[in-house]
Amino acid sequence: MEGVHGMSLLRVRGLRLSRGTRTILDGVDLDVQAGENVALMGLSGSGKTTILRVLAGLEQPDAGEITVPTAGMVFQFHFLFEHLTALENVCLAPIHAQKATRAQAEARAQTLLDDLGVGHRAKALPRELSGGEAQRVAIARALAVDPSLLLLDEPTASLDPARRNDLGDVLQALAASGRTLLLTSHDDDFVRDHSTRVVILANGRVVEQGDPRRVLDEAQHAETRRLLV
Amino acid sequence: MLLVLCLLGTPSWAQPPMRWGGDAEGGAPFVEADPTDPSRMVGFDVEIAELVARALGREPRFVQIAFASLDQSARRGDFDIGLSGIEDTPARRASLAASVPYYQFREVLTVRAADAGRYTSLASLRGRQVGTLGGTIAYDLLLDAEREHGITAVSYDDDVHPYSDLALGRVDAVLLDHVLAERAMRRTAGLVTQAQVVATGHYIIIAGPQQAALRDQVDEVLRGAMRDGSLERIFRKWNVWNEDQPALFARVLAGTTDMAATEPSVAAPAGAATVAAVLPRYLPSLFRGAALTLVLSCAAMLLAVGLGVAIATGRVYGGPLVRGALTAYVEVMRGTPVLLQLFVIYYGVADVIRLPAFMAALLGLGLNYAAYESEIYRSALESVPRGQLEAARILGLSTSQTLRLVRAPQAFRLALAPMTNDFVALLKDSSLVSVLTVVELTKQTQIFATNVGSWLVPGLLCAALYLAMSLPLSHLARRLEQRWKASTA
Repeated sequence: MEGVHGMSLLRVRGLRLSRGTRTILDGVDLDVQAGENVALMGLSGSGKTTILRVLAGLEQPDAGEITVPTAGMVFQFHFLFEHLTALENVCLAPIHAQKATRAQAEARAQTLLDDLGVGHRAKALPRELSGGEAQRVAIARALAVDPSLLLLDEPTASLDPARRNDLGDVLQALAASGRTLLLTSHDDDFVRDHSTRVVILANGRVVEQGDPRRVLDEAQHAETRRLLV
Repeated sequence: MLLVLCLLGTPSWAQPPMRWGGDAEGGAPFVEADPTDPSRMVGFDVEIAELVARALGREPRFVQIAFASLDQSARRGDFDIGLSGIEDTPARRASLAASVPYYQFREVLTVRAADAGRYTSLASLRGRQVGTLGGTIAYDLLLDAEREHGITAVSYDDDVHPYSDLALGRVDAVLLDHVLAERAMRRTAGLVTQAQVVATGHYIIIAGPQQAALRDQVDEVLRGAMRDGSLERIFRKWNVWNEDQPALFARVLAGTTDMAATEPSVAAPAGAATVAAVLPRYLPSLFRGAALTLVLSCAAMLLAVGLGVAIATGRVYGGPLVRGALTAYVEVMRGTPVLLQLFVIYYGVADVIRLPAFMAALLGLGLNYAAYESEIYRSALESVPRGQLEAARILGLSTSQTLRLVRAPQAFRLALAPMTNDFVALLKDSSLVSVLTVVELTKQTQIFATNVGSWLVPGLLCAALYLAMSLPLSHLARRLEQRWKASTA
């Protein structure tokens, strides 16, 4: 399989999941290597978000074999804790789930926020943040517990083109610093410019994958072409 | 009697019916729904009302009025004449058209048979609780005895529960009219009425303040009925005739109508009970009532919040059995009147657990409001977005940590405004506990109003005190909400 060499950080085989009579995932195979920046693409209802939710432990699959590292997740609508400041959002899990001291957790949270360009918003409440700022705080919150795989659900969905490019730079920097990323997107320009690999999903299966420019510009599969219309 | 009929009688079709007000809850022998036909009233007051109405050529028509509201209703004109064991007091004479007395009663002490040798007078009851019907001469006597003999007066809304509480040991004596005492002893075993007469008083017929002419006609009918023996026949039929009555009739027929003045043993407030005169006496008790309302409401709210949080948590996180049981609790408490719940807690389970009145009031209000609070917390918990809970789970927080650190703090902010509303409602609902003999602000106001014969000043004072308690609270809640909204860097 293309893009697979050495030990996979994430290994998924024959993943199946249905809700009632509806089959959402129909035997998905997926591998992600450490340091990759992978984009899942597909029409609405193709199962992209469900894969992320299964990998994050939020959904129980009916069948399949998953070797999943610790995963952090950034939701499409961020879901920051509304009663806490940006800094407190980032500190919460390190302090309470990982038993870090408050001083350590705050120092590291501030560093994460600084790295993501929102250090100056540390004391702001979520409702005072712009969409782009909230997304970066959500990324910092997910990174604060040091997950080996970062999942991002539709990170480009609510960003204007300039912000979308900024986000791409941020994600590439994360990948460059050794993070492994798996995201879902509808935005083929973004995926072309910023992902190392694209995986095309249709009807709960992987239909095509590989280098974004090759897959998206010389689409082999009918489902991929439908995606680009 | 015939003479009176001839003098005053006109064909009944020419006259509007005579509406007469009384309280059927007062019961026999005064006014009672006929056990065999509850739509018909029976009792000596019923027969006297009929006697008066017929003598005036009018058809008697009964109007049900709560005992404590008879004076106000007379003033409003809800009925032409009122009689239901209504006592002759200076306040009534000052503010209403009051008839000559038609019956003389004795205020007597009733105690448990075992205490018959100990509690023989008010003085012997120092440090004990003595019950009576609120707003009566007996209640005023007990208030005086609080100062003079160190007893504690306990006010009831009816004349049945003082005696049942006496049998249960919640009070050690009851001071009331001998008519009521005799009835209670027939109903409840193990009670003894002391022979010593604490005071005497009279029953009268009342009419609105502008009805002096009607009152004079009523007086004429009563005098006639005293002369011709028809009143005696009624009293004998209802077993309330005694040697006091011929003496009373003689005085009335001799023309002594100012009965309160000729009976100094009746300890009603001296002189006309104007608001200004009695305000200094009632103001401290209004403040005491307000303090009790506040303490009771705060304590009941604390209980309601604690229990409400537990119920809401159980309903959101519990298994089907826990959820079902808690839902049933909430529906029962919300679906039945709090007044009923108070009665059940205080009187209904008295044979098993004998709660003091304040505890029963606190428990009743707390348990009832817990159902409402739990619904507020439940919907507040459920309105925290599921995505936040999922985010917390992925971050490695446990369910209880998520509840404590993420869900509850946000739910509390959402619940604050409705909670404040509920507390203000509780503050007002706490007036219901007066049925359990707890004299809180509204009850104290009612006593005040009954005494001065007007609701205007007592009502305004009462309203001001309630507002003084509820407004700062609403203000505080608004401030808190704003602070949370504005807590920015």
